[in-house]
Amino acid sequence: MTVRERLRQNISAAFYRHGLLCASYPVPIILFTSASILTCCYPLLKLPLPGTGPVEFTTGVKDYSVPSHEPQGDLGERPDWYRGPPVAYIQQVLVKAAVSPWDSSLVPVDVFRSPLGRVFSLLEEIRNHVYTDRSLETLCLQVTELLPGLRRMQSILPEHGCLLVSPGNYWQNRRDLFDSDPDILKTVHQHEPKGIHTSATLKDLLFGVPGKNTGVSLYSRKRVVTYTITIALSNYDSRFVASLRSRLKQLHPSVNCTLREDHMVHVHFKEEIGIAELIPLVTTYIILFAYIYFSTRKIDMVKSKWGLALAAVVTVLSSLLMSVGLCTLFGLTPTLNGGEIFPYLVVVIGLENVLVLTKSVVSTPVDLEVKLRIAQGLSSESWSIMKNMATELVIILIGYFTLVPAIQEFCLFAVVGLVSDFFLQMFFFTTVLSIDIRRMELADLNRRLPAEAGMPPPPKPGPLRTREAPPPPRPSAHTITLQAPAFRNLRLPKRLRVVYFLARTRLAQRIIMVGTVIWIGILVYTDPAGLRTYLAAQVAEQSPLGEAGLPPHLGVAPVFPGGDPTSTLSVLPAPEPTPLPENQSQGHGASRTGSAPMSSPQISWGSEDEEVWRRLSFRYWPSLFSYYNITLAKRYISILPVIPVTLHLSPQEAVEMRHPQDTQHAPRTSAKTTDIQTDLTLYKVAALGLFAGVVLVLLLFCLYRVLCPRNYGQNGVQHGRRRRGELPCDEYGYSPPVSEISPLLLRGHSMDIECLASDGMLLASCCLAGQIRVWDAQTGDCLTVIPNNGLRRSSSSGCWEHRDGWDPLTPTFDPDGLLGAESRSPVSTAAAGAPDASEYAEPPLRRRATPSRPALFGDQPDLTPLIDTNFGELPSSLTASARGFDFGGLVEKAYKEHEVSPTVHFSPPTPPAPTAPPQRRRSLGDNPVAFPDRISASPGDWDSSVWSMELRGNLIATGRSSGKLELWDAVEGSLRCCNEDGSSGITALAFLNNRIVAARLNGSLDFFTVDTNKPLGLLQYRGPPGRGSVPSSPCYSSEDVISCQLTRSVQCAHQKPITVLRAAAGRVVTGSQDHTVRVYRLEDSCCLFTLQGHSGGITSIYIDQTMVLASGGQDGAICLWDVLTGSRVSHVYGHRGDVTSLVCTNSCVISSGLDDLICIWDRSTSIKLYSIQQEVGCGASLGVISDSLLVTGGHGCVSFWDLNYGDLLQTVYLGQNSEGQHVRQLLVLDNAAIVCDFGSELSLVYVPSVLEKLD
Amino acid sequence: MPKLEDRCWSCSCSPGMKSEGFPLASRAREVMSGVAGSVSEAFASVRRLHSTNLVRRGLVLFTVGVFLALVLYLLQIRKNVVLFPEEALDTLYSSSWWIPLGCGTAAAVVGLLYPCLDSHLGEPHKFKREWASVMRCIAVFVGINHASAKLDFANNMQLSLTLAALSLGLWWTFDRSRSGFGLGLTTALLATLIAQLLVSNGIYQYTNTEVRSVRSWLPCIFFSGGVTVGNIGRQLAMGSIEKPHND
Repeated sequence: MTVRERLRQNISAAFYRHGLLCASYPVPIILFTSASILTCCYPLLKLPLPGTGPVEFTTGVKDYSVPSHEPQGDLGERPDWYRGPPVAYIQQVLVKAAVSPWDSSLVPVDVFRSPLGRVFSLLEEIRNHVYTDRSLETLCLQVTELLPGLRRMQSILPEHGCLLVSPGNYWQNRRDLFDSDPDILKTVHQHEPKGIHTSATLKDLLFGVPGKNTGVSLYSRKRVVTYTITIALSNYDSRFVASLRSRLKQLHPSVNCTLREDHMVHVHFKEEIGIAELIPLVTTYIILFAYIYFSTRKIDMVKSKWGLALAAVVTVLSSLLMSVGLCTLFGLTPTLNGGEIFPYLVVVIGLENVLVLTKSVVSTPVDLEVKLRIAQGLSSESWSIMKNMATELVIILIGYFTLVPAIQEFCLFAVVGLVSDFFLQMFFFTTVLSIDIRRMELADLNRRLPAEAGMPPPPKPGPLRTREAPPPPRPSAHTITLQAPAFRNLRLPKRLRVVYFLARTRLAQRIIMVGTVIWIGILVYTDPAGLRTYLAAQVAEQSPLGEAGLPPHLGVAPVFPGGDPTSTLSVLPAPEPTPLPENQSQGHGASRTGSAPMSSPQISWGSEDEEVWRRLSFRYWPSLFSYYNITLAKRYISILPVIPVTLHLSPQEAVEMRHPQDTQHAPRTSAKTTDIQTDLTLYKVAALGLFAGVVLVLLLFCLYRVLCPRNYGQNGVQHGRRRRGELPCDEYGYSPPVSEISPLLLRGHSMDIECLASDGMLLASCCLAGQIRVWDAQTGDCLTVIPNNGLRRSSSSGCWEHRDGWDPLTPTFDPDGLLGAESRSPVSTAAAGAPDASEYAEPPLRRRATPSRPALFGDQPDLTPLIDTNFGELPSSLTASARGFDFGGLVEKAYKEHEVSPTVHFSPPTPPAPTAPPQRRRSLGDNPVAFPDRISASPGDWDSSVWSMELRGNLIATGRSSGKLELWDAVEGSLRCCNEDGSSGITALAFLNNRIVAARLNGSLDFFTVDTNKPLGLLQYRGPPGRGSVPSSPCYSSEDVISCQLTRSVQCAHQKPITVLRAAAGRVVTGSQDHTVRVYRLEDSCCLFTLQGHSGGITSIYIDQTMVLASGGQDGAICLWDVLTGSRVSHVYGHRGDVTSLVCTNSCVISSGLDDLICIWDRSTSIKLYSIQQEVGCGASLGVISDSLLVTGGHGCVSFWDLNYGDLLQTVYLGQNSEGQHVRQLLVLDNAAIVCDFGSELSLVYVPSVLEKLD
Repeated sequence: MPKLEDRCWSCSCSPGMKSEGFPLASRAREVMSGVAGSVSEAFASVRRLHSTNLVRRGLVLFTVGVFLALVLYLLQIRKNVVLFPEEALDTLYSSSWWIPLGCGTAAAVVGLLYPCLDSHLGEPHKFKREWASVMRCIAVFVGINHASAKLDFANNMQLSLTLAALSLGLWWTFDRSRSGFGLGLTTALLATLIAQLLVSNGIYQYTNTEVRSVRSWLPCIFFSGGVTVGNIGRQLAMGSIEKPHND
């Protein structure tokens, strides 16, 4: 095995170096590869293009001899199919007949009846022609009987005899039948197929000219009937043909005919593809495309998925082309049908290696350099690539030894294709991959930089994010992208569902598009209108060399159309034009016909008559022969020069030949009316076409409007907010009633509200000043006010002197001294308590460097003399008051002060912390990532500020920065219990049943038990839901002694501060800056799991009663966890920057991030359903009312969204002066009311109308 | 999530309740306590869930079989009738309409047998389990048929040997499991035997052109067809197993 190991190492090293090379010099390598591809494909230019059209070759008539079977070397331009005798020699006699001079007494039927009648005498002449001892019978192609399926044509096409086709076949070549036929047109047309025909029709077959050129019509303008008599000869006898020609010319001379007679055209037909062959071919191609689809679908985690898929397909295709080119270069001509073996070649070569490469490169660590990533990815997969390639080569080599020529050829192609594919993979695809990955990183960098530059210094503490989080690999779409989610089928009428389905898949447009394309393809392919011949004729008319362009390829000698004086050399000298009595209509009749309306028809011979068959469908000959079970596929026929015959009939003759019924059913129409008629038909067609076009466009437009009402791609931005006064209404014209939703403003706080807590009935809020207010969640009445502890002194200005005393411009203010003296300052507490104090060294610096303070307070009276800097003398607050502090007397006074003070001292909307602009404020009270700026923003509280608050039952639990846990009575406003076991600030609280969990700044987790003499189970079920403004009797009566005991303290729950704490379903989940999530059991505070998976600090967690756990981190990742097993269910990168909040519903996960996007994910598949672009700074506030109603906050408003479709339902504006403020917290209460906190005001919004609509 | 599952369960249960639940429950009421009834109901619903899945897979396999049979039949059609596809299709539908149906049934049986056998042998098939590989396998299978129909071989021996090599290559490339080989071989033998029986009893006749070589390629085609259909069946089974796991 050592040899193998060494080999493996060598291969791996070589691939590593190669990867480095490719990633270092992408452009030269791609140029080199493209050049080599082009070089290898160059020999392909010599190959004929694929196609089923016939190929022509022209030789002279004079020195014609049947080509031998053996291929001869020096034949120059002679094509390789030109071997052996042809299937048949075709001699056509082109007859142009007219009744002249035209008499006004003649009826339209006379135009063609007598000329057609002459065909029988011509046939007679041809059949009976004998040259020396040879007659037509001995030379012509003898056919047996028709194919069994063609019984209906049995009476028309010849059987058991010469293949001689003429219009006389309609009447079994019998003159008497023709004469007794009352309606010629009917006879001719009765065999025409109905509907679209794909091959030559019977009329074309018998007349030998396209149907519209025959002149067999009642409305023919030219009154010249044209038809051919087609003779198929099996042997070529030049003398017989020449004598026939001269005989016919002698009998019916064509005066002005200068048709060339010296060239015969050999037409080679390719293989016909019928439906029976087409189906397998199409099947193989479908399988091929399915294969490509399933393969490229796996490409993931790259910048441009489509680009790489395209590169993969290009790699395979160009390797195939290269292989064919190389094989041709070395003298191996492909004999296989390229179209048939192509899918197999692709499948054999395969896309696997490309995918394996991509996967392995993508799975390398993202923080590496691109070069190294490519090199590592290549080298890790090198062994398997080499092994697979060797296996495939061996298999193909085995195939080569089957000794079947076709398989050998296939294998040869496959081997060369595999090798060139390997070459391309190594050079082309690897380089493209490296470019792609580099682009991805660049794009990420670009996107990230302006976002952070535009952002003021991030509110989160700098040192905590020492390592740059890996960029989310997939750029999140900022638009609503509608994918097919699982939950989308809920609660929708079937009709709507169908329409939505159609709209989503854009089925109708696609079907129409595909249908149109197919239709056009069919049109072009079958060419029923003679478009191709028409175009060819146009080209031939326009350029003198036109005919040369007509035969597709293979150096055909250019055929110069008539008019060339040299072309008069013919096999036999053309007979002298004998002057005929009707001669006046010939030759120079052009000027006369123009002037005289009742002109005589003139017969002219032009170059287009030289090769009449060109104007027919190219299926003409194959279908004619196929009727007799003779295939022309891969064979050829030789078409001899046409014999022109001009017939002039006198009007008497025409009248004599009339059938008695002819005059009756054919209306006399003058030439003028026919002129008008044809013109009219032209106009009609044009008008119809125009009309159809307009209708089609309108129809498509309507379809588009009906099926695709959304403005795709713009939804998130356009929908954002509606200005005030603008009626919110969606595209369906539905506008929800606006008036029903009126927000209820709760005013009272003087400063910004930091913490919000609610249990459905009561609502507790705490502002920066430390004041706690309890509101009735139903009516919005303020029930209780608990002022800040620091204001306990009843000095009238006590509240505000702290604030001003904090002013850094105060000369006496010395931060260092302050920090040194102030043992109870939250900062110093934090610095002392936190294990790594250096992380928190920043906040004091920021404090010192706040320059905008004086501007804020410049108009205020100088209150510095009032500063009481002697903080040591302040009474320690409420420490030993086990009986509960009695605020009874103070409440009212403080309340009044609080009401008045804002008007005097302070304007409420002033942003409290200029260092941290409101846009990026992470304002959730229990979100300690914002911890430093809260410190700087809560200046008034020297004592300790409330960092977290919970409301359960009748109790408000507050966690303070000093590490104190207080329990307040929500109704009475009295302190019930206090616990000072910990010294580190409580960053988050969870209050569940009778337990309180507190997370501290130093990463420890404390479990408290609330003991009372009452069963705490009552707490949850206290009072009926329809509770009025008067609070019912508190469940904790004031006599109850409530004690709060620390049951367990987990000292090192996390290495770093705990940022999130959530409790539900008997579990406590904590998330920390140390990138982990921990799950504890509430009863015994036992750590169940440590969930690792984030690469950044945890910023948000969601857990609910159904044990759904989701977590989001600073890396923008969202993880879903199984709480029972601790395993990660899914992991998606959703945001650029932190995930600020997370909510789960039954079917989806809603996340918001610092990038102000709200993303909605399907919970089971983790597919992003759509995203909503929020206004700047409002990303974090969101809530879910029901399974399908989402509430988001904006600038002074809240918006309601339909979760299923991402439609904006309604926007509610909260107040007059709240325009500038944005909603920072959004709390969904049980009674579907929303509390939002914007600035110092709270707003209660009931959403009855929405609820009615939904349920 | 639980709600979804509930819905799913109730959906799959409801037909079972209607058709089977009633007699079961009544008998249970007569004979035993209600507990046994509910247990048996639950068991029946589980089986029903399984069986609907089975039926769906079977239907897909049947369709694939019919389609492949038609395509392969068309591949075998000689050139001269190609110009008149109506004729060819006429004969296709009139004389041997049951051949595609038989092929479809056989495909369903074989395709269901493969994963079944895998689970019974206790060696789940892990090799190249993805749809791209399955597509590749089908393409190679059609290619083998194409080769057998369109290529001119010197003699039947050569044809047989080539096809056998190709079939083995197919198995090695896409399957590589003992059970797959064995089942493919069994399929080939059985199918050839049945075909021979049919021909000898005069139910189905080879046309003149076919009679020359049909015996030489039939077993190989059946073998590779068995392997291909087994591949599809395994993939389908895997997909259906994976799906509830995803939820």
